Amino acid sequence: MSAHVVGNRFTYFLVFLALMVGTVVTVWVAEIHLGWLNLPVALAIAVTKAMLVILFFMHLKDHPKLIKVTFGAAFFFFAILVAHTLSDYLSRETRGMPTYPASGLISNQ
Amino acid sequence: MSDTTAVAAHGVPDDHGAHHPRLQHHFDTLDQQLYASTFGMWVFLVTEVLFFGGLFMAYIVYRIWYPEMFVHASSHLNITLGAINTAVLIGSSLTMAYAVNSAQRGASPKEQVFWLLSTMGLGSVFLGIKVIEYADKFKHHLVPGPNFHFEDPAYQATAQIYYSLYFALTGLHATHMIVGIVIMAVIVRMAAKGNFDAKWYTPVEIMGLYWHFVDLVWIFLFPLLYLIGGAH
Repeated sequence: MSAHVVGNRFTYFLVFLALMVGTVVTVWVAEIHLGWLNLPVALAIAVTKAMLVILFFMHLKDHPKLIKVTFGAAFFFFAILVAHTLSDYLSRETRGMPTYPASGLISNQ
Repeated sequence: MSDTTAVAAHGVPDDHGAHHPRLQHHFDTLDQQLYASTFGMWVFLVTEVLFFGGLFMAYIVYRIWYPEMFVHASSHLNITLGAINTAVLIGSSLTMAYAVNSAQRGASPKEQVFWLLSTMGLGSVFLGIKVIEYADKFKHHLVPGPNFHFEDPAYQATAQIYYSLYFALTGLHATHMIVGIVIMAVIVRMAAKGNFDAKWYTPVEIMGLYWHFVDLVWIFLFPLLYLIGGAH
């Protein structure tokens, strides 16, 4: 296996165009009222754009498995961070910051 | 066994007297050396994902706690400037990919320098627009602290959380861009001297990985910070 991957310049340009289209679509779709669906749609577009950058611009598509697994581990550990943090914050009786009326900084919920 | 056979058995070319000057003695081949460097950079990017990940985690918790506040607070961001910056950064990723490609093909130093300088230029445009946006936030009292003033008093306190996250996330991102541009200046110098060829171009490759990663972070920051209001 080798990390020497020479990309195709035309492919780069196509990826660039796809990323631009993705940007236009994400701005356009954000103006439409979809309720709770707005966030998942925005994230789906962002993840798609991110995959294009990672696979083509950063050549992860053609990199050795060791590098793929290593970078994948970053998102695995981020998922652990999110899961464990939310299992705490979402299971509490009260949500939001505690109130400190005297400071005036966090006074209204 | 003669020296030559022993060396050949380890996969080193027989003409090892003619080593590439950039091949360090603890590597067998330039390919292996590039692999080691590239792998090291990807490991660094893993730490970067988790570096930004901590801030994204804070964002998730506060957005769950104060969903309406996020909609109101984010409505004061300029979506047009954010979208232009997204396009500028994607463009800089394209010129960066071309810079790596030109080094890999052993293109002329002039061509390599052109693509690297284009990337630096677009990166600077991004930072310039960011300065305009930050100045606007200072002008409109949207910087957390004693002078923070939010038009809707109901969100006077909590909107500061949104703007703290906004400045922390975009500030850390912009810091990465400044660092990237400074390092790229060094690489432009190396490229101008003709240091890179089709056999050895590791610094450009590593720079490319870093630059694309910075683009990657922005791809998530743009919808998460600017485009919340539309759902309102």
